[in-house]
Amino acid sequence: MSGLDIPAIWAFVIAFAVFAYVVMDGFDLGVALLFPFCSERHDRDVMMNSVAPVWDGNETWLVLGGGGLFAAFPLAYGIVMPALYAPLIAMLLGLVLRGVAFEFRWRTERWKPVWDIAFTGGSLVAALAQGIALGALLQGIRVEGRAYAGGWWDWLSPFSLLTGAAVVIGYGLLGATWLVMKTSGDLQLRALRLARPLAALTLAAIVAVSLATPFLEGKYWQRWFEMPGILVAAPVPLALAGTALLLFRSLADAHDYKPFLLSLVLFGLCFVGLGISIWPDIVPGRVTIHQAAAPESSQIFALVGVLILVPIIIAYTAYAYWVFRGKVDPDAGYH
Amino acid sequence: MFGDFDAVLLARIQFAFTMSFHIIFPAFSIGLASYLAVLEALWLWTGQDRYLNLFKYWLKIFAIAFAMGVVSGIVMSYQFGTNWSVFSDKAGPVVGPLMAYEVLTAFFLEAGFLGVMLFGMNRVGKGLHMLATGLVATGTFISAFWILSVNSWMQTPTGHGVNDQGQFVPLDWWAIVFNPSFPYRLVHMVLAAYLTTALVVGAAGAFHLLRGRASQEARTMFSMAMWMLICVAPVQILAGDLHGINTLEHQPPKVMAMEGHFQSHPNGAPLILFGLPDQAAATVRYALEIPKLSSLILKHDLNAPLAGLDTVPRENWPPVPIVFWSFRIMVGLGLLMLALGAVGLVARWRGGLYKWRPLHVFALLMGPAGFVAVLAGWVTTEVGRQPFTVYGLLRTADSVSPLAAPAVGASLVAFAVIYLFVFAAGMFYILRLMSHAPHPGERGPEQGQPVRTAGITPAPAVAAGANP
Ligand code: HDD
Ligand code: HEM
Ligand code: HEM
Repeated sequence: MSGLDIPAIWAFVIAFAVFAYVVMDGFDLGVALLFPFCSERHDRDVMMNSVAPVWDGNETWLVLGGGGLFAAFPLAYGIVMPALYAPLIAMLLGLVLRGVAFEFRWRTERWKPVWDIAFTGGSLVAALAQGIALGALLQGIRVEGRAYAGGWWDWLSPFSLLTGAAVVIGYGLLGATWLVMKTSGDLQLRALRLARPLAALTLAAIVAVSLATPFLEGKYWQRWFEMPGILVAAPVPLALAGTALLLFRSLADAHDYKPFLLSLVLFGLCFVGLGISIWPDIVPGRVTIHQAAAPESSQIFALVGVLILVPIIIAYTAYAYWVFRGKVDPDAGYH
Repeated sequence: MFGDFDAVLLARIQFAFTMSFHIIFPAFSIGLASYLAVLEALWLWTGQDRYLNLFKYWLKIFAIAFAMGVVSGIVMSYQFGTNWSVFSDKAGPVVGPLMAYEVLTAFFLEAGFLGVMLFGMNRVGKGLHMLATGLVATGTFISAFWILSVNSWMQTPTGHGVNDQGQFVPLDWWAIVFNPSFPYRLVHMVLAAYLTTALVVGAAGAFHLLRGRASQEARTMFSMAMWMLICVAPVQILAGDLHGINTLEHQPPKVMAMEGHFQSHPNGAPLILFGLPDQAAATVRYALEIPKLSSLILKHDLNAPLAGLDTVPRENWPPVPIVFWSFRIMVGLGLLMLALGAVGLVARWRGGLYKWRPLHVFALLMGPAGFVAVLAGWVTTEVGRQPFTVYGLLRTADSVSPLAAPAVGASLVAFAVIYLFVFAAGMFYILRLMSHAPHPGERGPEQGQPVRTAGITPAPAVAAGANP
């Protein structure tokens, strides 16, 4: 099997899982983030209904991202998890609260507001923690031997707070444009009105993070501003600008589904940009994918499963989305 | 505040706490998913409304239990890295791929069809809905398969080598997945899940019978639960016995701890029923014992010699009192389950299944017994394998992450607060749902949930309570 670069294939698999997670749970979390802007109970019912049948599947991509890292790059898993201890635990607890809120909210009248808060608060913590974790990884973590060697507050920095805020805003945009696509009437108008400023804020956040990143590490700078890296890197900002333009136009036209799709493209481009910065490292600036790779027999064994099963998973996930296609019926639940 | 504790101990407490919390829900949802599949199949087959009503009744409860299982499970999949990073680095090449297979074959399957199962009754045909329920049930079983394979490999590692970085390297995947303790553990755990569910269903049925709400649905579920108990409890006891014999072969110190055998018995070891194990003094105080019975159970020979912990170096002893007691709790509850099943059978034979109040009281009291037995069983298994995480090869103290005690302590407190809050609320909602008797025209969870889309031809609608 020597001709194939198995660790590189694995890196793409994990990147795919993480990306799938970010956009899919991104809109779930985003919808929850918009609860405070839609105080009417009936609107909140519809908002939650728009994601209730699919959130569990969306979240499973996170488990695949973590599980894939564990299987294919156990060294990286063992270094990154303790380094990001606090944000990860916060994320997990946030996901607990918002996950149970999906069920608990329908089981009580008196405590509905409590589970609304759990839903939004849990989602906010999870989104913020994911962004902070990203920033903490990008800014570099201390490694000695085969282990994390930093303290347990190392993740906290102005940069990681910036990425944290950026992710919250970006998820908000995904949630708003998802609602534009899935709802109708008043609620759709409200979502549209939220989506416009969120799109602008998202763009601002992307610019801010992009400007800050190259100053973190010499390597990022080389990738983005020196030959030959710039040849690969330059098209990304251009495509980003074009996408942003189309997004603003589709929002101005109050288009149904284009804003959501264009937001996805926006996220995709950011993801590509990230990849350009860190490739071929798995712990940025510290450990490469080849250093962290599990023995080939482990990687191949699990990869066979991935290559056979992920297409099947995508097929039945698509089916599940298809079953719940179209606008959410605003009267569901009042019959 | 946590200065006195070391990070290893805190990490262990945290793992045990989050794991124990998690296992409660899978133990219930593995069984309940299968029960729901049976109910739906019976409905489709016989066309009787009572099965549909029961299906919808338990579906609402399943939704809550499943959500709690999912969120606590996601925590587990990250706990390896956050709390046991050295273990992750070393054992990752072996257990990581197995857990990846669990995600690929089980979690996606469950999650993908859960939405259809919960909210799709009116959107897909009956056949497809039945398929979705069946796939969710299958997913829970596949999940148990992989995670128990992982855990069993840690108990009885085979099929691996060690490379120069100290990592376990897979050599023979077949030997790893089907390691020596795996078949026993899988059978035992899946049966445990079925028993747990049967006890809960039976307790709910008994509650309504006691309250005089003997609807057809309440009777049906009580009867089904009693059948399940009398069929499965004996098999579980047999499986547990075989499991113990297998453990004696591969992890003898664990069995010595379960039995309280500090000393070796060259000609026939006694079965210690009760007593107070004293680890420091290496003796069981106030022991009430039956001579030679332990050798009979474990070796099928009254006079077979049995080694004791005196043949094991002290630094490799598990904490005996915990293992001793948790094992007795599990076995005691298993015998009580058998007794309940037997009383149910006699009552059925004498025509008193729906009338004997003592039977109903017994069933009600046994409602939580499955959960307690499952937890006690896991404590036996996990504490009994101490002081190792990979049995005989990697010590627990050498597995832990390089974390500061305050970090682990703070997160432990956060877990405790949020879990207990969520758990209390979840229990309250489940108990409240169960306190209403199932009745004709039962609604599924789709109330207040997405039902039909504007502008789309409705799929063949399955009206609530309609006769097919
Ligand atoms: C409803 C639950 C339930 C019941 C009634 C029983 N068990 Fe059990 N037992 C479990 C639930 C369980 C468990 C949770 O499923 C465990 C923990 C880990 C495992 O594989 O199964 C377990 C572990 C476990 C072990 C430890 C094996 C090892 O880890 O190496 C032994 C020896 C037994 N059991 C034996 C028995 C016997 C002799 C029983 C007879 C009454 C019994 N169990 C009833
Ligand atoms: C270290 C041990 C374990 C880990 C890391 C783990 C991990 C997980 C994760 C990540 C999920 C959520 C999947 C989703 O998103 O749908 C989950 C759920 C589940 N787990 Fe575990 N698990 C462990 C132990 C067990 C055991 C021992 C069993 C049963 C034998 C089990 C059975 C299940 C089932 C049936 C589910 C589906 C959700 C539910 O029904 O509650 N797990 N687990
Ligand atoms: C792959 C799966 C598992 C791994 C890697 C694992 C690993 C560990 C580790 C490292 C500990 C801490 C050692 C200790 O202090 O005892 C532990 C303890 C424990 N685990 Fe597991 N475990 C696994 C599966 C499970 C499952 C499925 C359960 C089911 C409930 C479970 C229940 C427990 C309990 C109750 C303890 C407490 C033991 C104690 O406090 O000493 N474990 N496990």
